[in-house]
Amino acid sequence: MAPIPQLTSPDAATPAVPEIRLELSRRSLLRAVGLAGGGLLLGVRWPAQAQPTTVSAAAFAPNAFLRIGADDVVTVICKHDEMGQGVFTSIAQVVADELGADFAKVRVLPAPANHAYANPAFKMQGTGGSTSTYTSYQQMRQAGAAAREMLIAAAASRWQVDAAGCTAEEGVIRHAASGQNASFGELALAAAKESVPAEPRLKSKSEHPLIGKPVKRVDSPAKVKGEAIFSIDAQKPGMLIALVARSPHFGGKVQSFDGRRARATAGVKAVVEVPSGVAVVAERFWQARQARAALEIQWDGGDGAKLDTAEMRRQYAELATKKGSVARKDGDPDAELAKNPRRLSTSYDVPFLAHAPMEPLSCMVELRADGGADIVTGSQFLGPDTLAAAWALKVLPDKISIENTFLGGGFGRRATPGADFLVEAIHVAKASGLKAPIKTIWTREDDIRGGYYRPMWHNALAGAVDAKGHIVAWRHRLVGQSIVAGTPFELVMVRDGVDQTAVEGSASLPYDIPNVGVEMHLVKSPITTLWWRSVGHSNNGYATEHFFDELCRLGGVDPFEERRRLLHKHPRHLRVLELAAAKAGWGEALPAGLGRGLTVHESFKSFVAQVADVRLVDGRPRVERVVCAVDCGPVINPDIVRAQIEGGINFALSAVLHGEITLEDGRVQQSNFHDYPLLRIDEAPRIEVHIVDSTDEMGGIGEVAVPPLAAAVANALLALTGKPVRRLPIQEIQ
Amino acid sequence: MSLKLTVNGEAREVDADPGTPLLWVLREDLGLTGTKFGCGRAACGACTVHLDGQAIRSCAYPVRQAAGRQVTTIEGLAESKVGQAVEQAWIELDVVQCGYCQPGQCMAAAYLLGQQPNPDDQDIDIAMRGNLCRCGTYSRIRAAIHRAAEILRG
Repeated sequence: MAPIPQLTSPDAATPAVPEIRLELSRRSLLRAVGLAGGGLLLGVRWPAQAQPTTVSAAAFAPNAFLRIGADDVVTVICKHDEMGQGVFTSIAQVVADELGADFAKVRVLPAPANHAYANPAFKMQGTGGSTSTYTSYQQMRQAGAAAREMLIAAAASRWQVDAAGCTAEEGVIRHAASGQNASFGELALAAAKESVPAEPRLKSKSEHPLIGKPVKRVDSPAKVKGEAIFSIDAQKPGMLIALVARSPHFGGKVQSFDGRRARATAGVKAVVEVPSGVAVVAERFWQARQARAALEIQWDGGDGAKLDTAEMRRQYAELATKKGSVARKDGDPDAELAKNPRRLSTSYDVPFLAHAPMEPLSCMVELRADGGADIVTGSQFLGPDTLAAAWALKVLPDKISIENTFLGGGFGRRATPGADFLVEAIHVAKASGLKAPIKTIWTREDDIRGGYYRPMWHNALAGAVDAKGHIVAWRHRLVGQSIVAGTPFELVMVRDGVDQTAVEGSASLPYDIPNVGVEMHLVKSPITTLWWRSVGHSNNGYATEHFFDELCRLGGVDPFEERRRLLHKHPRHLRVLELAAAKAGWGEALPAGLGRGLTVHESFKSFVAQVADVRLVDGRPRVERVVCAVDCGPVINPDIVRAQIEGGINFALSAVLHGEITLEDGRVQQSNFHDYPLLRIDEAPRIEVHIVDSTDEMGGIGEVAVPPLAAAVANALLALTGKPVRRLPIQEIQ
Repeated sequence: MSLKLTVNGEAREVDADPGTPLLWVLREDLGLTGTKFGCGRAACGACTVHLDGQAIRSCAYPVRQAAGRQVTTIEGLAESKVGQAVEQAWIELDVVQCGYCQPGQCMAAAYLLGQQPNPDDQDIDIAMRGNLCRCGTYSRIRAAIHRAAEILRG
């Protein structure tokens, strides 16, 4: 390999992730407190400095997942950010059901940064890994149930009746025997004085009118009317806008710059160097953009100036010929591959990918007199953000306040362990010397060229089949960058040279094959990489499921039957596989020119099978239909599950048909949607979603439709043309 | 430079560099943040507004060319019957996910329905292919346009 230095970035001085000891015991969780403004508030304790500014002053503030106002409005404070995945709605359904609320009076607000809102899966506040619903389902039920019992206790005491005779439905407490009733709002103040039940009774499934139903999204009207506030829309009086000119090379530094022309541009307030480049601060976006274009900067590109992805790919392939760090070994794949003449070796390549959320990144910072900062942004990672902000300002985290807005797409980009865009915005505010709140905005070019990509991967696969054509050996070697190298996550996620996030979906290959080996070579480069919707699965779903079909072809066996045979120990895989195959009509004769491909993949504790029907039109694949079966355990909102499957398939199809970030001479070759195209409506397939009625463990949904899609399309093309898809995005097919 | 334009039926006057894209005048000078910045080169449709009834990409449209003309943004969409039908259909079908592109989608859909009251899937694909949705809500966008057409037929 070329001498590639360790990943460095302006925020490399990431503070260690602390062990946040959030006691999620019922007692602490359900601590109710006296009210100032006539309401009942339930939740965990948080420091007074970090009260959510999003909760109105009339409300009592120190604790919260739930607030009930004297106006009957039930406010759910959602600790997961809403980035399209529908979590505001599903969490509200859960709370409202246990509470017995009138859903029309339920409002949802995003939680500000606070340890109280830690995600148990990460032990800090963050939204990702498709963890939101299953990690908070019980917690939100308890929060709702305790509030219900306290409202009932307050009513029973007021009416001098037995609490057992009271019900909570549609936002009203009723005592049928005496005919009395009172709304939640009327009882809120009294309820707040009741003691918190240690073990509130959770309702049974039949008592949940909302859970499991396709309740309408709570965020639809505001988003349709253009009223929803995203980070880029946030405003404060006197706010200024900043743009940053960043190094064209990863890891590059400013050598010198001439800001005279930029400073002379109308509306410009400051032109200053920051660790990531040169910032221009102006009254308006367009002024800042014009001024940035007028900057003259000499960059020291460093080793990043030599990067070339085609060359890196060649090096990856060479490395893949050597044994790597072992992620899994069953039997002796090397020996079986050496002796079995019915074998196949091949490789699959996937490129660096930008997340490209429709809303470019932005972050508004107002520095405070006490040395801290008030920040408004759209982030998936408020926990690490708070620590990184404190570190950047050399203050304790309690001097940092972060409010989250709606996120105009996340897909992982807004969850950087070093809080890259937030820390940069702090540096801009600090360096500018200005007192005003400053919102740093990224242009689309900044976003596409800004790194934090899904890593490029080279997959070398070798396999063998027995005399009957059944798969008996499997070896998968991955070569690429670790997304967690150089971050605090490295300690837990990289073990013995294996990045666990990179082998998810390959080391966990579910097939009952006697000889399985999964190995990896981790390489380093200055290119910043990050989780991208479905993380390692985005590569492994493609590599494993496409290779499976290549081996079936070698063995002359049906890919559906071979999967069934090798999944006999995995009932949930089998169930979705059989459901998707049946719904798609697997095995029926196809019209000429149509190829059909099938896949099954587990990720984020959910199970998904897909069947894609693909045609070739002028050498380009045209995906006509995708049939998808999903088992994610008990479902809160089937329409949101459906939407995530539809969206996940289209997101994945963008990468199959178009997505690719390449570098030449250390420069990213793409810059905007004309050369980093996303799927458009005329390429979007017809999608059929079938949800398994499941009582198994609850899994995630936001990412799970992505991993199987590439191989479903590739397998359809393999069936149609006899040729495998060796790299993504799919090139023109002759 | 002072420029006059009519936005959502209201006469407005702004002081801006005439080369500034209309998008930023709407967002920053007039506080109408429903119109979104996605690409800055008319490649994604998030900034779609109507200018004298025609759908345009405001991120690449100098404000001087909008002077003296009628601009309708997402905030004013519900003033028209077509706009109401589009919003109603979008909400009924829960089209949105992250929602960032949806004001632009709604503006493009309303323009299409104004031109072609009963579009088929192909008409929709042609009219809407300039509007990107990273969340991939395309099948619902198609369905919602059909639904809006149905609402308008009464």
